[in-house]
Amino acid sequence: MSADLDVDAILADPGSRIIVCCGAGGVGKTTTAAAVALRAAERHGRRTVVLTIDPAKRLAQSLGLSELDNTPRQVKGIDTEATGGELHAMMLDMKRTFDDVVLAHTDPQRAQEIFANPFYAAMSSTFSGTQEYMAMEKLGQLRARDEWDLIVVDTPPSRSALDFLDAPARLARFLDGKMLRLLLAPAKAGGKSVFSLVTASFGVFSRVVQKVLGAQLLTDLSGFVAALDSMFGGFRQRAEQTYRILQDKETAFLLVAAPEPDAIREAAYFAQRLREDRMPLAGLVLNRMHASSAPGLSAADSLAAAEALAESGESPATVDALRIHAALTEQAEREQRVAARFTTSFPTVPTVVVMAQPADVHDVDGLRSIGEALA
Amino acid sequence: MTVDWSARLHVVTGKGGTGKTSVAASLALALARDGNRTLLVEVEGRQGIAQLFGLDPLPYEERRIATAPGGGEVRALAVDAEAALLEYLDMFYKLGAAGRALRKVGAIDFATTIAPGLRDVLLTGKAKEATTRSVNGRRAYHAVVVDAPPTGRIGRFLNVTAETARLAKMGPIKTQSDGVAALLRSPITSVHVVTLLEEMPVQETLDAIMELEQLGIPVGNVIVNNARPPLLAGGRPTQAELRRGLAAAGLPTDRATVAGLHAEAKGYLARRELEDSLRAELAELDRPLIELPQLPGGITRHGLDVLADTLLR
Ligand SMILES: Nc1ncnc2c1ncn2[C@@H]1O[C@H](COP(=O)(O)OP(=O)(O)OP(=O)(O)O)[C@@H](O)[C@H]1O
Ligand SMILES: Nc1ncnc2c1ncn2[C@@H]1O[C@H](COP(=O)(O)OP(=O)(O)O)[C@@H](O)[C@H]1O
Ligand SMILES: [Mg+2]
Ligand SMILES: [Mg+2]
Repeated sequence: MSADLDVDAILADPGSRIIVCCGAGGVGKTTTAAAVALRAAERHGRRTVVLTIDPAKRLAQSLGLSELDNTPRQVKGIDTEATGGELHAMMLDMKRTFDDVVLAHTDPQRAQEIFANPFYAAMSSTFSGTQEYMAMEKLGQLRARDEWDLIVVDTPPSRSALDFLDAPARLARFLDGKMLRLLLAPAKAGGKSVFSLVTASFGVFSRVVQKVLGAQLLTDLSGFVAALDSMFGGFRQRAEQTYRILQDKETAFLLVAAPEPDAIREAAYFAQRLREDRMPLAGLVLNRMHASSAPGLSAADSLAAAEALAESGESPATVDALRIHAALTEQAEREQRVAARFTTSFPTVPTVVVMAQPADVHDVDGLRSIGEALA
Repeated sequence: MTVDWSARLHVVTGKGGTGKTSVAASLALALARDGNRTLLVEVEGRQGIAQLFGLDPLPYEERRIATAPGGGEVRALAVDAEAALLEYLDMFYKLGAAGRALRKVGAIDFATTIAPGLRDVLLTGKAKEATTRSVNGRRAYHAVVVDAPPTGRIGRFLNVTAETARLAKMGPIKTQSDGVAALLRSPITSVHVVTLLEEMPVQETLDAIMELEQLGIPVGNVIVNNARPPLLAGGRPTQAELRRGLAAAGLPTDRATVAGLHAEAKGYLARRELEDSLRAELAELDRPLIELPQLPGGITRHGLDVLADTLLR
């Protein structure tokens, strides 16, 4: 079995400046990020900011976040008297972050043209990977301001944990793509460039596009594409910068997984990827695990006993209690087996188990108990 | 409220991981009984159907994947936006080789990236085409079941007109999306929401239903998946009672075992109380509610039939 993950040691180390909570959707990334940040502030006296993305409504409320907001707000009503720490929280506003990036890379007039373009509206809110890219961007901004001892980042609820790392490259690939070049330089397409291969069909293409979409749309499209192109260098540079921050030893990745096949598979892909990209994986949080409280009694024995007892008509409550025990035992065993797929492939990755709480976690007390479990 | 499966286009949504794919598949099996043919459609390019049925990845082609009692069959289709766009352009413009070149240069990928609404029109358009297709004057499919995107994206996915209207104000794309929008707002369509008795899935169910209602898209049944049988109806047993019961069953009655079972019973009841309050919230929706059992061994081919039985009951 793997070593125990010591989250407190990370939080106590002034050299740790960034913690990234990643994993598949719904496993508890946001919850873990909030719990870790709260503990850093309360126990370790650090001036902490947590960047949450799409938190459950009630959790957001208990952190004092009522709407998307790109400025960190101090969380009130937590217990930092003894240590002097602070907790600030924010909820990523993807659209506004994208707007800020545009503003940073182009002059105001150009920016206004871009904002008015219908393609910009579509892309800034729905381009797959925009949320990931913007989370990275926001992290870069927070780090550059150097106002916090510790930045804890949640990652978007993507299906694949890798999306977070891949999004900037995907955006770059898109901006670098042949199609974009073609649209930018239809005149050049007649030349001897790589496009000559497709020149003939491109003629057909633009005719089709004109017919299918109309001329206005094509104008909007090339306007948008030209604008993107002018910002591209800036986009790429920033993404690369943030990528380097993630590789630095001031960063710690906390991989969160629930003991389900999909989540564990994602966690394994992600761990592999972090290794390849030399990014510092601090450990695995196995969240929402179950355990039996009467480990001496096997599932099979208690089911058999439940059947026999039911037959005899005695103590129906015990029959039910035995069935509950059998189901819980089976679930715990299944979870152990699933989790072992990760731990046997990555025996050196430290691990910590967080039990499933009886109810969802949406207040500071709940976050505190998750924090206890992590420590 | 009684459960109604009379629609022809069934769209199955729900929070991620709640069982959309499993429920969509069992619904397609259920509706194929009595000798019907149904089509199970996947739109997210994840090959979830193939995985569920233990098949090789499905091509963009309608294929038989299962038979149902009474000579019925389920076909499956993994819709690919790119292929659907080419098919569509070909229908109107006879593109031929030019179409392939478009693909090579990444035009289609580009178009669907920059205008994600376009992708959705293509996917829903394909579902519409299959739903309304007739062969020799007879409906090609008794019903079409779509394993749809999750609750967070379902409104945008189905609200095709709004998304494309922003970009295309006239032309065939507009006509196409208007046609799809009309079908999705007619009684031919029904959107079913799958949930678990957990807070976030229930919250998303309520939010999605409200959104769909506002869009005028017909909402069908609410399906609670993974429901566990109610136990301990008499409340929490005392330790003394458990000790008696364990003795009668010939099991150990040491303190650790008794206290352990007692704690587990308490945890179970706390969980159930929460589930009951979530169930009450769902009941307030005043929509047909179906509970599908948690299958002990996970989903198997037989398990899908069990779920299908429950859906029809
Ligand atoms: N009634 C059930 N009993 C037991 N296991 C179930 C049941 N329904 C679903 N599952 C299991 O739960 C998991 C998730 O189900 P499924 O893949 O159908 O969900 P989904 O909503 O389609 O997920 P995604 O959002 O990832 O597409 C699968 O492992 C499936 O086998
Ligand atoms: N250990 C736990 N016990 C009980 N509920 C949990 C636990 N961890 C997370 N949850 C709940 O699971 C749901 C999903 O968690 P969340 O942190 O939003 O996941 P993610 O950010 O990975 O999508 C939330 O309702 C949360 O309260
Ligand atoms: Mg989250
Ligand atoms: Mg699925």
